Amino acid sequence: MPNNTPIFSAKNVVRTFGSGKKLIKAVNDVSFDIADGEIVSIVGGSGCGKSVLAKIMLGLYTPSSGTFEYEGHKITNQKDHWNEVQFIFQDPFSCFNQFFTIRSQLEAAFKIKKETLTPQQISDRVDAGLMAVNVAPKDIEGKYSFELSGGQMQRMLLARIFALRPKVLLADEPTSMVDACVRANILDYLMKLKQELKMTIVFVTHDIGLAYYVSDRLFIMHEGKIVDQGKPDDVILKPTSPVTVQLLDDIPEIHKEWIKR
Amino acid sequence: MTTPVFEVENLSLHYRLRFGAKVHAVTNVSFTMQPGEILGIAGESGCGKSTLVNGLMGLFIPPLYPSGGDVKVAGESLMNRTPQDIRKNVLSRKVSMIPQGAFNALNPTRRVKDIAADVIAAHEHGVDRASTHVRLLERFKLFFGKDADHVLNSYPIQLTAGERQRSVIGISTLLNPEMVIADEPTSALDVSTQKVVIKMIFDLLDAGIFKTMIFITHELPLLRHVANNIAIMYAGEFVEKGTADQIVFAPKHPYTKALMGAMLSAEPGQKDRKPIAIEGAPPSLAKEIPGCRFSERCPVARPECRTKIQELRMFSDRLVRCDYAE
Repeated sequence: MPNNTPIFSAKNVVRTFGSGKKLIKAVNDVSFDIADGEIVSIVGGSGCGKSVLAKIMLGLYTPSSGTFEYEGHKITNQKDHWNEVQFIFQDPFSCFNQFFTIRSQLEAAFKIKKETLTPQQISDRVDAGLMAVNVAPKDIEGKYSFELSGGQMQRMLLARIFALRPKVLLADEPTSMVDACVRANILDYLMKLKQELKMTIVFVTHDIGLAYYVSDRLFIMHEGKIVDQGKPDDVILKPTSPVTVQLLDDIPEIHKEWIKR
Repeated sequence: MTTPVFEVENLSLHYRLRFGAKVHAVTNVSFTMQPGEILGIAGESGCGKSTLVNGLMGLFIPPLYPSGGDVKVAGESLMNRTPQDIRKNVLSRKVSMIPQGAFNALNPTRRVKDIAADVIAAHEHGVDRASTHVRLLERFKLFFGKDADHVLNSYPIQLTAGERQRSVIGISTLLNPEMVIADEPTSALDVSTQKVVIKMIFDLLDAGIFKTMIFITHELPLLRHVANNIAIMYAGEFVEKGTADQIVFAPKHPYTKALMGAMLSAEPGQKDRKPIAIEGAPPSLAKEIPGCRFSERCPVARPECRTKIQELRMFSDRLVRCDYAE
């Protein structure tokens, strides 16, 4: 039986910080549904609330008002939630503990899973995860996080996702700290996750070019609100909001006039 | 022909490691810069861009050592000088740097105006605080307008990332240096803030506050708009150098082509054009490389590429380090 319950469903979600005169509405009255197997990008400038929204999806923040549901129920137990929803963050260097080997940390990630696996099964899954991102398991044998470059670290984070096989992946600016080559690589792996594991991916970025390339649907955020949404081609070709126009205008494209001197 | 502001001749740099091992991070880099020119340097992480920057400032802090070559700013050599001498007489005055992630470069416990006043006090003796503040306000008004007062009196944490980055650029260029080296000045900013920062850099250049600039980034589309000339760096050497349009629209070296292939854009119809990552990793520079340094990853490599060292040569109006460029 096909499951029609959306993965994430938000109704009038508001998240505020501070109080009184210093009250900030980081996420302001946002409603959307994300279906199973979709890649959705949330695009916006710094401080538009996109990371806060991602943290609400992770269950790290609870909405101040409105309802936010994962598969039709509220997120109450973070551990249960993270069994199915996993994440990669912007800075790969702060994601690993320097005192433990990469491999032991990849294996320790399985503690979050509900299914009980034997050490051999876990080891096999980690190997498969590493192979999926084109790293031979013996290359990182006994290595610590500081021995790898930024691009390799970002791959290790993706290897964890390939090994854990969660239902949903939240990627918060996974490419903003790496160079253009590694970025192309990471995007390839994200597409692979979608095709091979049918994963739902929420991709948070400020680069509308990236978002255009990977996603099935785009949300443009500005000052806590979703100001524009739709299929990438529609949003890019027929932007309905001045914010989208501005964002498109600000990307340096090789074929158009960008800045006047 | 006008005298170049900045001359680099066959600059080679290495890092000394334990047990006498050396990593030749930069090999035989040469270029000259004319007033008003912006040179863009692009390449992957770890290709030696940031090491080159230290060399260009003459700042050799162990384990980095020069292996040969010369760097001249307005005719004055920066080689064989102590870091103290370089800090006092060269940095900020002649060559100034905008570091990577500059918005974290400000001391969080001090106001922007105090940090800036320190730069002036460190280089000019007998300047009183009152006149310093007038000078600061005047300079910051150039790019902050009526917000200048607010920015100068704020602590870094009270400012947005863009304001912090612009403050750092303002402080770096306070003493009107001949040349500014910007190492990934916008890679941590969002696209809209990036545009504001680039606009400010252009304004400063047009106002004659600094004469030339080296702009380092891995974003080729951005470089096309910022730089006049672009040099592509791979494994410590320049592999191609030409005008911005030549490099972006008609790359000749296989590595430049691969880099352009890895770019993506939001232009309609580009969705099906897949960005292609370059397979493999750059070679280790701790060992001598017998042939072309890109040969291991090059899609059009021939057997002889692995044994024959390629030299930079003129090819259709630009410098290319590949005998088989077409």
